[in-house]
Amino acid sequence: MSDAQPSTKAKESPYLRIESLTKLFGSFAALKDINLEVFEGEFICFLGPSGCGKTTLLRCIAGLDIQTSGRVIQAGEDISTLPPSARDFGIVFQSYALFPNLTVRKNLAYGLENRRMKKAAIEERVNELLELVGLTGQDKKYPSQLSGGQQQRVALARALASWPGLLLLDEPLSALDAKVRVYLRHEVRRLQRKLGITTVMVTHDQEEALTMADRIVVMDQGVIGQVGTPLQIYREPATSFVADFIGSMNFVPGTMAAPNLVRFGNVNLACDVDGLAAGMEVTIAIRPEDIVVQDVAGSEENAFEVQIESTEFLGSFLRVDLVSETMGEARLRADFSINLVRRVDISEGASLPVMVPRERIRIYPGSLDHG
Amino acid sequence: MADIAVARATSLRPALSRDDLVRGGGLVVMGVFLFVVVLLPLYALLSKSFEDADGKFIGFANYIEYFGTPALVSSAGHTIFIGVVTMVIVVTLAFIYAYALTRSCMPFKGLFRGIALIPILAPSLLPAISLVYLFGNQGMIKELLFGYKIYGPIGIVIALAFWIFPHTVMLLTTALATADARLYEAAIALRASKLRTFFTVTLPATKYGVMSACFVAFTYGITDFGAPKVIGGWYNVLSVDIYKQVVGQWNFQMGAVVSVILLFPVVITFIVDRLVQRRQVAQITARSVPLEPKPNRRFDLIMLIYCSVIAFILLGILAVSAYASFIKFWPYNLSLSLDNYQFQYMDGGGWDAYGNSILLGVLTAFFGSLIIFGGAYLVEKSRHYGKYRGTLQFLAILPLAVPGMVLGLAYIFFFNDPANPLNFLYQTLGILVICTIAHYYTVPHLTALTALKQLDAEFEDVSASLKVPFYKTFSRVTFPVCLPAILDIGIYLFINAMTTVSAVVFLWGPATKLASVAVLNMDDQGDIAPAAAMAMMIVYTSATVRILHIVLTRGLQRRTQAWRRREVIAETVGQPAPT
Repeated sequence: MSDAQPSTKAKESPYLRIESLTKLFGSFAALKDINLEVFEGEFICFLGPSGCGKTTLLRCIAGLDIQTSGRVIQAGEDISTLPPSARDFGIVFQSYALFPNLTVRKNLAYGLENRRMKKAAIEERVNELLELVGLTGQDKKYPSQLSGGQQQRVALARALASWPGLLLLDEPLSALDAKVRVYLRHEVRRLQRKLGITTVMVTHDQEEALTMADRIVVMDQGVIGQVGTPLQIYREPATSFVADFIGSMNFVPGTMAAPNLVRFGNVNLACDVDGLAAGMEVTIAIRPEDIVVQDVAGSEENAFEVQIESTEFLGSFLRVDLVSETMGEARLRADFSINLVRRVDISEGASLPVMVPRERIRIYPGSLDHG
Repeated sequence: MADIAVARATSLRPALSRDDLVRGGGLVVMGVFLFVVVLLPLYALLSKSFEDADGKFIGFANYIEYFGTPALVSSAGHTIFIGVVTMVIVVTLAFIYAYALTRSCMPFKGLFRGIALIPILAPSLLPAISLVYLFGNQGMIKELLFGYKIYGPIGIVIALAFWIFPHTVMLLTTALATADARLYEAAIALRASKLRTFFTVTLPATKYGVMSACFVAFTYGITDFGAPKVIGGWYNVLSVDIYKQVVGQWNFQMGAVVSVILLFPVVITFIVDRLVQRRQVAQITARSVPLEPKPNRRFDLIMLIYCSVIAFILLGILAVSAYASFIKFWPYNLSLSLDNYQFQYMDGGGWDAYGNSILLGVLTAFFGSLIIFGGAYLVEKSRHYGKYRGTLQFLAILPLAVPGMVLGLAYIFFFNDPANPLNFLYQTLGILVICTIAHYYTVPHLTALTALKQLDAEFEDVSASLKVPFYKTFSRVTFPVCLPAILDIGIYLFINAMTTVSAVVFLWGPATKLASVAVLNMDDQGDIAPAAAMAMMIVYTSATVRILHIVLTRGLQRRTQAWRRREVIAETVGQPAPT
């Protein structure tokens, strides 16, 4: 597993540390021995399918659920068993949980009023928050008089109101329309950068995670599959689960023909892989966009002949199903940009050579049963 | 799985916040309250049924005596018979009425809906008194019974049908109102006949509503005391037996035995109802299309006629008591007067009793709403104490399974015990308030839970993260948002406190006579016209309070409509989104 951390922060001690955390619900283990470090100012996404434990982990960090065992350490303090009110965080839920009978201003002032702040200071802070999220002038409205996106921003401002050290976001954008969601991604990211607040966001939307996070924590069935930057997660998925979950991926069963040489059908592909002995059964993973068709002569490394079985027009690119005798049973799916298709003849039934760069091939031990 | 075992063995103990501790304390108080006002009295009743008059344990001797007395055993059969017949009649009538209200395009639906609810405002004694005037020995239209006597099962069933009708109509209207139009469109597309559609679409969709209505009608039918007391004649039922054993013969042990016998069918119905409700799944999904009834002149006319007939009967029964209360001396002197309202000249408690009833209603509504809503809040919104909260939830539902007569007698045993430190409450207004709250605990508790569940579960989490203590969120958000539900609870408790006779009939003292009990006692002594007058006083009062409640709720809605309205606000994205 890659221990990717932003290099500038490598020497600092982490702001938030989770140590061998396990959470049981009855006999069901929602989280199994989770270890994670989050550095100050980082934007971390917990990404995974529903039921993978990402929300449970967030709730353990907030103290809304207390883990069965393991420790949570925030800013050097062991907060493992503390109730939420004794921890230092702001939180935004998918439902926003705005108080419906209080105006925007009163929602924002809600936590401040309890800190024995002077009225004028509260007023000033609320104005600051309104400006921060671009809702100046909307402060007298009730939540139900705002659009979903505006409500979301009020919830965000309320979570930030009393200067928490940690911002927790539980699927904050999931309830919004697609376009608003894309816009708010940038807004949230901009705010987070501006304030430099350490942020943990839970999402099931990989695009959201890839575009927003400094580092992504991919989770599956209560364990962490991989921690890494968006690029690492996409380019070098550590497990076949991560490879399958992020983006689309061709999985082809194969065997190791020799060290750094994998074989499927009659095709031999050179690849970079450690420690897999010849003869071992493996799964070869290739992203559809990594299949190269332009300027392939057929004699290069990792080039082979394929036939185009069918094409599917998807707007900005063409999705192509490839078969060939040399590949045997296996079939590959490739994405060719429309730009490229204008120059290369890609029509159903056509035969052509393709190649796969060796650094883009991922090999996982064992065979898989992926659709 | 070894690491799971390890994890569990070293399981972390969450540190409790001050909020958690305070709410935990509240839960303990609530638990103690329910334990003392429901469970302990029931235990006292149960143990009394195994004792002789001197308080010595004698095993099942009382029960053996009970089953050896045919007069007593027969009333168990009578009770079940009354329950079943009433259930069948009232659910059938109410189903058609509710069907008309929800699935037809007849005019005056709102009016008919209102009329159907009128019986709630009256004690169950009132329809029985009206029936005496209509079909009694000197009845206005007794010929219509063709020689049958109204005193007995016929009178009991009619009186109960009147009194239970609103409860079943409400349940069935709710069940019928939520229909998925897509199913009916599919039935039409498949050319199913109207009748077939009714049996294959309508009935299955309302199955649970119909069952609920049946359970409610049956339970009310077998536990009611007022109607059989007034019009039952020689036809004995269990609730009247309890009263006779205790008040007539001072045989407390036998009263306890009959109470336990009455508990059986009620508890069984309660359990079956719970099991059925657990199996109920949501009929309406987010994708359902609400059914809009289409005009059909013939069908709408039939429904209008049907509802008019029922409404006429309901209003007629009420009008008879109203009219009778102004008649000088039925049937000999039909001139109108207010003589029957001169309660100070009658036995039964006079105007004081009426005043006590109002006070009981106000106190029950005020303290009951606070206790019940507060309890529901603690059960629904506290953190931790999961199992304990589950137990409390059960305790809160339990009173539904305890008939008023049984609870009232249980209170005598428990509070009249000189060894009980709460003995000072006996024969005070306090015990009447406590008993009425306990008796009617369940429905308001469920109303409160429904209202609380509509609030975002995450309000509490957000408040904790903002370090705002729970009571502040309770007073600034939870309470105001739930205020309409709390008012509903208050009015429910007030009207029930005004109209109930069953539990309190054992508990009033010389200084705490009640209007409903006065109705009973005046009727008992043959002062049926003053009894009708007092019953009407109860109706006038309940109706006034109900109207006040409507006005108050309207005003509240107007004041809070700014944040209560639910409309979709169009998104305006600040700048075009790059894709």
